[in-house]
Amino acid sequence: MAGSGRAQLRDSTALLRVENLVVEFPAAGGRRVHAVSDVSFDVLEGETLGLVGESGCGKSTTGRAVMQLPAPTSGRVRFEDQELTTLSGDQLRRTRTRLQMIFQDPISSLNPRRRVCDIVAEPLAIWGLGTPEERRKRVAEVLDAVGLDADSVGDRRPHEFSGGQCQRISIARALMLEPKLVICDEPVSALDVSVQAQILNLLEDMKARYGLTLIFIAHDLAVVRNVSDRVAVMYLGKLCEVAPADELYRAPAHPYTATLLASVPVPDPGVRPDPAADEINAELPSPLAPPSGCRFRTRCPRAQAVCAEREPEMREVAAGHYAACHFMLDRPVLAGHTVFEERKSNA
Amino acid sequence: MNHPTKPGGFAGTPMNHPTKPGGFAGTPMNHPTKPGGFAGTPMNHATRPGGFAAPRGAGPLLEVDDLRTQFLTGRGAVRAVDGVSFSLDRGRTLGVVGESGSGKTVLARSIMGLLPTTNVVRSGTVKYDGQKLTGLAPAELREFWGAEIGMVFQDPMTSLNPVVRIGRQITETMRFHLGIPDNEARARAVELLRSVGIPDPERRVREYPHQLSGGMRQRVTIAIALACGPKLLLADEPTTALDVTVQAQILSLLGRQQRERFMAMILVTHDLGVVAGRTDEIAVMYAGRIVEKAPTPVLFSDMKMRYTQALFRSIPRVTDPGHKRLQAIGGRPPDLAAPARGCSFAPRCPYAQQRCRDETPPLIEVGSGHAYACWYPVEAGEAEADLVTRRVAGDGVWAR
Repeated sequence: MAGSGRAQLRDSTALLRVENLVVEFPAAGGRRVHAVSDVSFDVLEGETLGLVGESGCGKSTTGRAVMQLPAPTSGRVRFEDQELTTLSGDQLRRTRTRLQMIFQDPISSLNPRRRVCDIVAEPLAIWGLGTPEERRKRVAEVLDAVGLDADSVGDRRPHEFSGGQCQRISIARALMLEPKLVICDEPVSALDVSVQAQILNLLEDMKARYGLTLIFIAHDLAVVRNVSDRVAVMYLGKLCEVAPADELYRAPAHPYTATLLASVPVPDPGVRPDPAADEINAELPSPLAPPSGCRFRTRCPRAQAVCAEREPEMREVAAGHYAACHFMLDRPVLAGHTVFEERKSNA
Repeated sequence: MNHPTKPGGFAGTPMNHPTKPGGFAGTPMNHPTKPGGFAGTPMNHATRPGGFAAPRGAGPLLEVDDLRTQFLTGRGAVRAVDGVSFSLDRGRTLGVVGESGSGKTVLARSIMGLLPTTNVVRSGTVKYDGQKLTGLAPAELREFWGAEIGMVFQDPMTSLNPVVRIGRQITETMRFHLGIPDNEARARAVELLRSVGIPDPERRVREYPHQLSGGMRQRVTIAIALACGPKLLLADEPTTALDVTVQAQILSLLGRQQRERFMAMILVTHDLGVVAGRTDEIAVMYAGRIVEKAPTPVLFSDMKMRYTQALFRSIPRVTDPGHKRLQAIGGRPPDLAAPARGCSFAPRCPYAQQRCRDETPPLIEVGSGHAYACWYPVEAGEAEADLVTRRVAGDGVWAR
């Protein structure tokens, strides 16, 4: 996949507009880890963008680069008409109050030695907002919104709570300063499926109640479909495909997206595991030396010589649906397995 | 650590030297990273050194009867496994499904005998091929670990020894159980790595675990578990730590190896999607008990227990339209140290009545291997309707 280009960007009214984002880290021997390479996307106000990909594809790094944690190597991040990459420390800190993050491991993202009410009130304390009484009221209000009773949980500490409850506390903390954009980095992947459903429902409720815009980073395609309006698929630091959620799942254009879909386990014994999922070569290439041309070519069942020579550009395959591939799945197909059966008969 | 380097030392009867093989002398639970304990030998039993003459019965391969495991803690006895019975035939796959804290991992460890030696109360029996495993000393259990029963753990990084080369971790068990020469064991290790889909195995056997990706490490732990050709494989959340693409490959690999070796498998997971297409039978666990057990197709089309239904309904699907409200299970699993009266799921169950809070429903068999414990079960046709609705969801997409 893996393509560059900015065709997928929409008009400039987007709440967040990321252009040509590059994040590299120095590695031993003067080499560089190409974590994110030339990624562009935008998020409209009130929208949820799902960012999916395997471990090591750079999706978390992308989320953190938006927060300038750390600042990207190059590229632009425009949030609410402000260019974040050029802001100085103090300005950046002020702007970041409108950008918040929720992390994967709810337990380690809370300080074990502090009480829940202090954890949740800390953003207010840092910015000196409100009187103690006002703060208490605000904490109670937000804890109530995430389904926790301030009176009974406020004086307890994180170890007394389950993973799902800790994630509720993290969400409450992220909401204290009324952010515009919340970046959720795998917020449910450490949770049981029953609790995961609670947290996903809660995120939808909070989005409606506080008018949030979300970037939802995850590797589980079913979860991403549930929460997202638009989905971007990443592979080894590049974007493969961006499309409205329903469109992407109905008609994936990129072979990598089709493979990901074929790998999702279906809770129905009438559906046999998809043999297409086995065909893909298991190993993700090293981001120290990404393949030339299309980065997905080493694992792609459709790869040809041209894929090694030329990097595919993002292009529109249907209204609002963009993909970067030289050999896109020709016509919209219904599901991953269909795609691969078709390919076999062609071969 | 823990590496018996002299295969010759075990050529006699290892049982007579309980202190000998280094790491094995302590409690098995203290050595979860030691791969050696779990692999087995692809040899037939006649060649096993000092082994038991296990009866080759026609009965089930594994029989678990009223198994109970309690951990004594400051808060009282935690009933992690609370009266579990089932049997498993040769070559069959049982899926064990439940939330965190339902006791599924402790069940797998109790079958294996991998429990702490202190502050544990155990009762019930585990019979493997007619031979009682419960009550055996660790040194005796060692004859079964790896050779007869293999185990794959959730986290491949912590179940491999980081300072020992991969080849050595695979050959260790073969040398222990078979006493075969190093070069032969090494050749087999290369073959095993090839059979579990590791490219360039000749090079990989000389590498260390940190040089492999998570998926490759899990393939290595599977190779270790398969090394001595066990008849039973316990896979405890083998794919939970892995990516979805890798998960599909690892599950297929396990299924393929199982068919080729006619090996029975217990697949422990929290994901009904993982077990749906890959098991013969499923046991749903809640609060240390089996609350429903059925052949896989029956469980999905005719589930009876309300907890199974709730678990099934809470899964998000790729076929559902976006922003569909998920049916979460409210509340949290019960405290196993303070079991309440009645059905353990009653406090979270939307269908609970007074009777559910007063009396514990027994696990009753309703024919064709289907058993459930519920006073007010899902009505006939309800589950089937659920399944069909899901199949046609999303414009018929994925209705394969």
